Amino acid sequence: MELSQKITSYPGHEITPEDMKEGKYLDVVYKFEPKYSWAAGVAISRFLAELKEGRIIARKCMNCERILVPPRMYCERCFRPTDEWVQIKDTGTINTYSISHVGTDARRLKIPILVAVVDLDGATLGMGILHNLGEVEPSKIKVGMRVRGVWKSSSERQGAITDIRYFKPIGEE
Amino acid sequence: MPLRIAIVGVGYSGFDSMTPGLSTRELMFEAASRAYEDAGVDPRKDVQSFICCTEDFWEGISITDEYMPDQLGAVLKPLCTISSDGIVGLATACMHIMSGIADVAVVESHSKISDVLNPDEISSFALDPIYDHHVNADPRFVAGLEMTRYLKETSTKRDHCAQVAVKNKKNALLNPRGVHGANLDKDAVLNSKVASSPLTELESSKTIDGSIVFVLASAAKAKKLSDDAVWINGVGWSSDTPWIEDRDMAKATYAEQSAARAYKMAGVQNPATYFDLAEVDDTYSYKELQSLEALKLAAKGKAGKMVESGTFDRDGRLPVNASGGSLGVGHLLEATGLHKMLEAVLQLRGQAGRLQIPRAKKAVVQSWRGIPTATGAVAVLGN
Repeated sequence: MELSQKITSYPGHEITPEDMKEGKYLDVVYKFEPKYSWAAGVAISRFLAELKEGRIIARKCMNCERILVPPRMYCERCFRPTDEWVQIKDTGTINTYSISHVGTDARRLKIPILVAVVDLDGATLGMGILHNLGEVEPSKIKVGMRVRGVWKSSSERQGAITDIRYFKPIGEE
Repeated sequence: MPLRIAIVGVGYSGFDSMTPGLSTRELMFEAASRAYEDAGVDPRKDVQSFICCTEDFWEGISITDEYMPDQLGAVLKPLCTISSDGIVGLATACMHIMSGIADVAVVESHSKISDVLNPDEISSFALDPIYDHHVNADPRFVAGLEMTRYLKETSTKRDHCAQVAVKNKKNALLNPRGVHGANLDKDAVLNSKVASSPLTELESSKTIDGSIVFVLASAAKAKKLSDDAVWINGVGWSSDTPWIEDRDMAKATYAEQSAARAYKMAGVQNPATYFDLAEVDDTYSYKELQSLEALKLAAKGKAGKMVESGTFDRDGRLPVNASGGSLGVGHLLEATGLHKMLEAVLQLRGQAGRLQIPRAKKAVVQSWRGIPTATGAVAVLGN
C-alpha cells in the first residue's frame, strides 16, 4: 500500500500564488549565474576544427589498435598517450536510439526528438557519436539502420558538434 | 600506534595562471602519468581505488566524478569524488588501504580556475541563501571579519600579517612552481589596494591552474615499490558550524581540532619542537598566523612576533611555507592541500632543489577549504 494513500489533506495553510504575489510569505529569489570558458584541449579542439571543414577525426592507440572517437590524447584502457590522427567517415550504423516525447521543461513535445548513437564507419566498432536523426519517420527507425551525416553549409559551420545537423538514413537519399 | 601509510609517488602539471592549451582532463593525464612513473605502478593493474577531490561548480558540470576515470587509468575500477580538500581525499585513501579494500590508492585534485569567468559568483553562492546572501560584496569580506577579530583578540600587529606575505612571496622566487613569487617589502603589501579591510590584495592568494596526483600504498606494498617512501603518520579533519555569526572568528578551531587528532595518531607530544618544516594554510596573510597558533607551532597571539623575528623563515628554526605557500605559489582550490603535501614530500625526499631544508625528516601540513568554510585538515609526515 502506498504510504501516502491515507493522507487526504495536510495540516496547515496552503500557500497560493496570490499569497506570494501579496508578499505574505518570504520569497528569496536568487539567480545564480556561473560563467565558464572551458578550454577544449588538444583532442577536442582539433575535432571541432575538423568539423568546421566537414570532416570527422579520431585518434588511434597503437597498443590496443582502437580508433577512438570522440578523439582523446590518452587511451583509457591502456593508460598511455594515443598515437595518431585518423580521418573517419560521416556514415555509420545506428547502435541504439530513443524517441523523446518530453522536453527539458517536462512538457510533451509536439514533434518528438530522435536521439541516436551512431557507430561511425572507420572508428573501432562500438565507438561513434551521440546525435539526432532527421528526414526519417520515427516508426521506421531501427537498430542497425545505415545513416549519413547531414552537414550545415561551409559558411554556416562554426566548429561545433551541431555543424552536423542530424543523421539521415542512407537508403532515402 | 601511529598510522603508517606510504606516499610512493607524486606528480603534477600546470602551476600557471592559465593553461589554455589543455583541457582539465588532459591536465590530469599529465599529472597522473608523472605520478605513476614516480611510483612505478601501472594504474590498470596495480591500483584498487581512485579518489578525486573536486567541486561541481568549479568544473561547470554536475556529477563531476563521472568524468574522472579515463585520464587517471581508472575506467571500470572503484572511483569516487569527494567535494573537499585534497588532504581529506588522502585520509579517505588511507581508510581504503587500512580496510583492505586497496593496497595501492590514488588521490587526485586540480584547479582549472582559468575556465571559470566569475569565480566570485561561485564563492558567494556558498553563503546561506536566506540568512547571509544579502551582503552583496566580494566574499572576501568574510576574511576581513576574521582578520579584524584576530588582530583585536591577539594584539597581533598589522605589520605581522604583511610580513607573512613578504616571506612567502619571497620564498616562492626559488620555487619553479612559484607563480606569484615577488620581492616586496611590508610597505608595498600594506599599501596595496584594500580588498576588504583590513585585508589587502597582496595579502590575498591568487588562484592558479594545476593538477596533483598522489599514489599511496600500504606498508607491505611500499617495501616492494619504493626506497624513498614518505609516511603519513597521522591525519585529522574537522568542520566548524557554518554560521559565520556564531563561530570563533579569532581562531581556526577546525585546524586546532584537526591537528589534535593528527598529533594523537602520530604520537606527537610537543608540536612546537617536533617538526622540521610546516606547510600551512596561507590563503590570506592572517590565516598563516591563525593556523600556526591552531597547530600549536606558536602560542596564542605569538605567531606574528615569531614571523617578525624570522623564526618561520626558510633558514629559521621552523621553516613555514618555505615553498612560498598559496600566497607565493598560488591557490589551487580543492588541490591546495595536495600542493602543500607535494612541497612537504619533496622536502622529506631531499628533492626540493633550491628550496631544500637540510635534514628535513618530519613535517606537518594543513589546509583550509576557503571562504566561507570553517573546514580544514592536517597531516603529519615523516620519512
